[in-house]
Amino acid sequence: MAGPGGGSNDVQWCFSQVKGSIDDDVAEADIISTVEFNHSGELLATGDKGGRVVIFQQEPESKNQPQCRGEYNVYSTFQSHEPEFDYLKSLEIEEKINKIRWLPQKNAAQFLLSTNDKTIKLWKISERDKRPEGYNLKEEDGRYRDPNSVTALRVPVFRPMDLMVEASPRRVFANAHTYHINSISVNSDYETYLSADDLRINLWHLEITDRSFNIVDIKPANMEELTEVITAAEFHPNQCNTFVYSSSKGTIRMCDMRASALCDKHAKLFEEPEDPNNRSFFSEIISSISDVKFSHSGRYMMTRDYLSVKIWDLNMETRPVETYQVHEYLRSKLCSLYENDCIFDKFECCWNGNDSVVMTGSYNNFFRMFDRGYRQDVTLEASRENSKPRSVLKPRKVSTGGKRKKDEISVDSLDFNKKILHTAWHPLDNIIAVATTNNLYIFQEKLN
Amino acid sequence: MSGDNEETQTTEETAVDDKEVPEKMISPEKSEEAKLKARYPNLGNKPGGSDLLRKRLQKGQKYFDSGDYNMAKAKIKNKQLPTAAPEKTEITGDHIPTPQDLPQRKPSLVASKLAG
Repeated sequence: MAGPGGGSNDVQWCFSQVKGSIDDDVAEADIISTVEFNHSGELLATGDKGGRVVIFQQEPESKNQPQCRGEYNVYSTFQSHEPEFDYLKSLEIEEKINKIRWLPQKNAAQFLLSTNDKTIKLWKISERDKRPEGYNLKEEDGRYRDPNSVTALRVPVFRPMDLMVEASPRRVFANAHTYHINSISVNSDYETYLSADDLRINLWHLEITDRSFNIVDIKPANMEELTEVITAAEFHPNQCNTFVYSSSKGTIRMCDMRASALCDKHAKLFEEPEDPNNRSFFSEIISSISDVKFSHSGRYMMTRDYLSVKIWDLNMETRPVETYQVHEYLRSKLCSLYENDCIFDKFECCWNGNDSVVMTGSYNNFFRMFDRGYRQDVTLEASRENSKPRSVLKPRKVSTGGKRKKDEISVDSLDFNKKILHTAWHPLDNIIAVATTNNLYIFQEKLN
Repeated sequence: MSGDNEETQTTEETAVDDKEVPEKMISPEKSEEAKLKARYPNLGNKPGGSDLLRKRLQKGQKYFDSGDYNMAKAKIKNKQLPTAAPEKTEITGDHIPTPQDLPQRKPSLVASKLAG
């Protein structure tokens, strides 16, 4: 299997598959809320607003079609969370899956954590391809045999059966969050994980559900003094003592759990200085970080705010080392984007396997890739019109000036209801999963 | 960029001096801000402050009160149902929910269309 290709410079992206209904009338439950590849890339999980998880498995590469990497087909689907009503607090708890994180594989079974606003669950997904046959006391359909009819003894044997994939909840981590959970992150020690809500971050042990440690608490004594909330959190990929959390004010704090039990005091504070002359009503809102992701190497981290993607060197807190504009043309539309609430959309971002390219979504079902090495970027579109098998995706362009070239789309024609908030990149290959409102697109690198 | 109204110079406390600068030099963000303030003159000066954040933290709040519900059922005459004081910044909604008002939350019994 080829390693990740070079940058946007030489990679051409082809349509591979699309999952979901073509129906324009989207049921709320079908809105995709999270997408995540597992550590090998063989499995791809999605969560939706209806609390359901669907897992796809990549078919092994066939010798007949060496040009194509395997397709992803449904492997398992289950209802992870259900809607709840907390009568004590008069609070409606959505079943929407906010995040899914896979555990590294330790045995034949696969494990993932899925969370809604209040409860995290550990799910075990296991295969069953054999079943015991030839019991002495039971018929094949399960009915008990009349003991008097048993005249000889036999040894039951395992016989092959059609593959059955079962999902079972192994742990339920509940009642630890007063506010809404926005992130979960598995530690590199593979024993613990963190969960973050608007004001607090908790540390859990995967085996222990009846208690967790609070490691960050930014709730002010007087709620009137509240100025910022936690928007995302993640553990460092190989330093098990380090994690970061981002805020609605555009700052990222890195904490070291060795320093103290409560990590309210940060070890590092990453913040880009702002020109006070440029400050406007919208400044703070658009600086709110919607996602933070460490690079695979652990040397960099990426943050996504409303208009840009920033790459930070963990050794430099004063400013990002790279800034990429996702859709700068929206800066002159902030008023209407505030009125229709789009300014509060939370876009995610992701790295490719070797950290050379980063990707994030935009509106009109556009998504953007930035090649860090070649300093190139490309805008692509996830749409049914470009969904002929193996058809190469054509770069798209938004016209910002007065003159609109052919094939360009003007800012005012963009559909702000078609948002790509969730994208994922295969950990090793150039395969990406892009979620539109209710469809999942899979694109692959064109192989010759 | 669409023409901006110089008339939006109301009594806002924000840096009004910036808007005296000729149109060409106003950043797109600032002119968008002017547009917004023209439409919503009562908009507070602390957009990222308490109000916005507290609204975010209160997502899902329904304020069903069984006491209020039962009183409403008993139809106590000549007595006004309690309503939030207008000065309160607490976002409690504009009426007291009853069990019928709360939408029935049924779990999705239908399989996801992604698996179809």
